[in-house]
Amino acid sequence: MKRLALLAAFLATPLWAEDLVATGDLGLVIERATGSLVLVDRSDRAALGRIEGLGDLSHASLTYSPDERFAYVFGRDGGLTKVDILTRQVVARTVQAGNSIGGAISDDGKLVAVSNYEPGGVKVFDAQTLELVADIPAAGKTIGLVDVPGRRFAWTIWDTGEVFLGDFSGAEPVITPLGNAGKNPFDAVLTDDAHTYLVGLFGEKGVTSFDLWDPAPKPQKFLTDYGKDGEDMPVYKMPHLQGWAFTEGQYALPAVGRHEILWVDRASEKTVATTPVHGQPVFIIAQPASPYVWVNFATPLNDTVQVVDSRTHEVVATLSPGKAVLHMEFAPRGAEVWISSRDDNKVLIYDTRTREKVAEIAAEAPSGIFFTARAHQTGL
Amino acid sequence: MPDRRRSSSTSCTPRPPARVHAVLKELCLLILLATPAAAEIAPDRAAALEHMVVQDCGSCHGLTMKGGLGRPLTHEALAPSDRETLALIILDGVPGTAMPPWRPLLTEDEALWIADYLKGVTP
Repeated sequence: MKRLALLAAFLATPLWAEDLVATGDLGLVIERATGSLVLVDRSDRAALGRIEGLGDLSHASLTYSPDERFAYVFGRDGGLTKVDILTRQVVARTVQAGNSIGGAISDDGKLVAVSNYEPGGVKVFDAQTLELVADIPAAGKTIGLVDVPGRRFAWTIWDTGEVFLGDFSGAEPVITPLGNAGKNPFDAVLTDDAHTYLVGLFGEKGVTSFDLWDPAPKPQKFLTDYGKDGEDMPVYKMPHLQGWAFTEGQYALPAVGRHEILWVDRASEKTVATTPVHGQPVFIIAQPASPYVWVNFATPLNDTVQVVDSRTHEVVATLSPGKAVLHMEFAPRGAEVWISSRDDNKVLIYDTRTREKVAEIAAEAPSGIFFTARAHQTGL
Repeated sequence: MPDRRRSSSTSCTPRPPARVHAVLKELCLLILLATPAAAEIAPDRAAALEHMVVQDCGSCHGLTMKGGLGRPLTHEALAPSDRETLALIILDGVPGTAMPPWRPLLTEDEALWIADYLKGVTP
């Protein structure tokens, strides 16, 4: 009886409730120079804390576990770090290669794959323990690693142009070559419906698509002659394709070596328009639930962000958020965009309707911003 | 952006025809490069260059210069290369690779300063 009373009292006073934190509106900002992460609260527009000891985070990215509790951080130095957002601690870390570029988590959240430059290839880890599950060497630097439904991953080799689909659903991995994308593919992305794997080419003009709904996907090249009437400009930063916008039935693609956005009809893969923009596009990201895409640019023109209407293909706003804008991340329903300004040591928060700044958060040389809603998006 | 190239090139290149201009420019560069103390850079500009090397070059070569899409640029990796060669690679890029020409953004002196910095012999 006494025990029951005690239990009742205990239940009536949920002491721990005040300390509980839900992760659905949280995010992590990469501080590239200091090897640390800032945990942010999207609703409160606030920094909650800093997590340190993640190594070289230049060109780092991360992905989330399905429960939005853990982040898997892919560092330049080959480090794969598992971070617990709730306890704000590093819970596992392995330096799994000499040099790596990114990673992905399988659709069921069981496997984490990392694409490596040195030695080239893909390594797959148990998401729980970070124990090595599979090692798939490649003939060069591996780029454009994405998760594909059915415990699969796709990736591409910069040096050779080869594209692979790996199926890790069985006892042994099954690796299928999908053909050659072209010369020096610099990044790749999967459309949000997991239908098309798009590979951007640096060594030649064009983009190569693979229909992953097809049981035997084949390379299909398009956009092979853009900018043929002018001389290409130096590319001071490689465009990133993870943000490639898919809107109004179109792909919005960065022209490599041109200060342009190229609009391609998704169904026909024909170019429908070209938008002259401020500089070499790096990220072109669709504002969710809107007709707009936001674009940032390579150094030295990286203090500017432009907004383009995907219906008219016109620039509708030009903003100057800060010095060295590296990344933009939208609230999942599109109300706000968070913009990292590396050289101002700030993350700037803009209202997407007014396009006015509503808040800012201090961060040391911030680069990528990752909200936990990514946990539920294929290809991220 | 101010044209920083002017200060290092006007004395040698009084606008002759294009091809002669190019040859003169190379000669001018060679003379510049042959002078060890040529890379005189004001302290605030040096700080900006260091920031650029770490952050912007670091995008491809790694913040710690251990390499990425671009080759490693550690002191050891660059030991066999002389500063003049490195400066020319910085200024003109490497055709057929992702290394772009930085000449539109840097003077020759600045490229030499970066070469020295990368080799670990910054004044």
